[in-house]
Amino acid sequence: MSQSVLEVEDLSVTIATPSGPLQAVRNISFDIKRGESVCLVGESGCGKSMTSLAIMGLLPPAAKRSARRLAFAGEDLAGASMKRINQLRGDRMAMIFQEPMTALNPAYTIGDQLIEVHRRHKQQGDRIARERAVYLLEKVGIASAAERLGQYPHQLSGGLRQRVMIAMSLMCEPDLLIADEPTTALDVTIQAQILRLLADLQKEFGVALLLITHDLGVVARVADRVNVMYAGEIVESAAVADLFAKPSHPYTRGLLDCIPIPGKTAPGEELGTIPGTVPSLIGGIQGCAFMSRCPLAQGVCAEGAPLRHTNDTHAYRCIVEAA
Amino acid sequence: MVDVASAPKAPPNAALETAAETAAAPLPTGAGATTPPSTLRRMFRHRGLTIGAFLVGTIIFVALFAPLIVPHDPYAQDLTRRLIPPVWYEKGSWAHIFGTDNLGRDYFSRTLYGAQIALLIGFSVMIVSGFIGSALGLIAGYFGGKVDMVVTFFITTRLAMPVVLVALAVVAMIGSSLFVVIAVLGLLKWDRFAVVMRSATMQVRSQEYVSAAQAAGASTWRIVIGEILPNVMPHLIVVATVEAGSAILLEAALSFLGLGVQPPLPSWGLMISEAKNFMFFSFWLIAIPGTALALLVLGVNLLGDGLRDVFAPGGRS
Repeated sequence: MSQSVLEVEDLSVTIATPSGPLQAVRNISFDIKRGESVCLVGESGCGKSMTSLAIMGLLPPAAKRSARRLAFAGEDLAGASMKRINQLRGDRMAMIFQEPMTALNPAYTIGDQLIEVHRRHKQQGDRIARERAVYLLEKVGIASAAERLGQYPHQLSGGLRQRVMIAMSLMCEPDLLIADEPTTALDVTIQAQILRLLADLQKEFGVALLLITHDLGVVARVADRVNVMYAGEIVESAAVADLFAKPSHPYTRGLLDCIPIPGKTAPGEELGTIPGTVPSLIGGIQGCAFMSRCPLAQGVCAEGAPLRHTNDTHAYRCIVEAA
Repeated sequence: MVDVASAPKAPPNAALETAAETAAAPLPTGAGATTPPSTLRRMFRHRGLTIGAFLVGTIIFVALFAPLIVPHDPYAQDLTRRLIPPVWYEKGSWAHIFGTDNLGRDYFSRTLYGAQIALLIGFSVMIVSGFIGSALGLIAGYFGGKVDMVVTFFITTRLAMPVVLVALAVVAMIGSSLFVVIAVLGLLKWDRFAVVMRSATMQVRSQEYVSAAQAAGASTWRIVIGEILPNVMPHLIVVATVEAGSAILLEAALSFLGLGVQPPLPSWGLMISEAKNFMFFSFWLIAIPGTALALLVLGVNLLGDGLRDVFAPGGRS
């Protein structure tokens, strides 16, 4: 349990825009241990997806990545050759995308696509690859898996496609699985199934999971650790129980207030909102990025917020000590 | 392929909800309405495509088996039997179905051999220009940025040159032969391939499955050939057919001007050119190769049009 699969230290992503550099991700650090599942939570545009793309080396050309340390199973990714990265991607680190409708190539059957990954990395022959594909399709809960191999993506529903994507990501038994909002494009009933499936498979195969989501309900079900992101920064990092028991950053508390609790929230009662909008990330940000929206903001916030700890694994960035 | 008869059955270890979902999903049940008609069947249903395929198929057949079909040597001259009208004229005879030309050569045989030349030029030009154009278009569309700028510059430069004029000038300078005509047209007609492939590639490139392939460790080369090319193939096929048609017409035009295929080869354009002096008295000399040309180009264009309809994303669902 102790070995880190992924270590990220001071990762920044800067996107060149016509009006200046946009700091999509600012100096974030976290690590994921073997068999652990870590969530990145935050609202749209806070840099969650950029973080995952930066780890996989899939950033668009305009975005630049910099990191003090970006290591996968002890191996440096930042300085690795393209060839080495291509060996790792798909084999030992895999990614599940947001949109199952477009993440499968419409020109090939799902069997071809599943087998292709295995063929490329394992070179054990098509028969073994095929068996693995059938085994995994059954694992992800697809009935009559062997026949499904011959079907094209457009013959499958969104939920089934996302299951196929999950199976595909597991073809080579990766150590790290990055799931970038894997359920946003699916309807609510399917979301729950897919998440439960991901959580089950993560436990079963002992994969380290980096789950990116904006849904705290998802976090509560799946995560071991949570990193709350705001405006490209991790503002709070905690074990999942600590986060829900003692949310310490005002942004986290604001997020939790937005969730209706069945039985407790009366019908018609107003839910919590976080006033204002995310500040522009173009150019530098002085002080605490959440200052303009924070109910606890004080003048000193403009000078930046210190990192505070409530215990060894729970840290947050705020000038106000959580009660 | 899909076993249509198989009933949806949940794997033993699947949760209840999973079974519910898979049952609701479009599984291949017995109805058959759920499985879209196969591409082949949709092709047969498309009238334009069927007509086009029939025309092109017939002409290809005729061209391939011309040596077995023709009653006379297309090059054999017989001045005593010159300008015999086709069989449907009063003076016509079954010995020369399409009559003879001013040198007494059997026009039917020449028309059939002309199909060989038209098809040879059409397909060769299509392959040469298709290769150049799609390579440029794929590269520009996939890499974008500076590469795209360079390729776009080439495309606009090429578009600024009038094909016929440049072809005439080049052929006039280095002399004309079948090979030269193919090379010149092939090197000139790649622009549409490049333009269409570039924009199609750009569209496909932004699809998530390209990122997914990257995330699965595929090399750039693999992605371009394995992921993108199959998805832009329908566009490529359509452009290729249309371009083949226009190459055939261009060859006819060049030959008509005397700068394309050289006599005595029976190119349709050349036949029209040779016949123009006799058009008032022997109208068939122009009408027959002209009709053949029109039918072939019509067939190729109908085929291309039909293929576009069949391959269009809407046609598949």
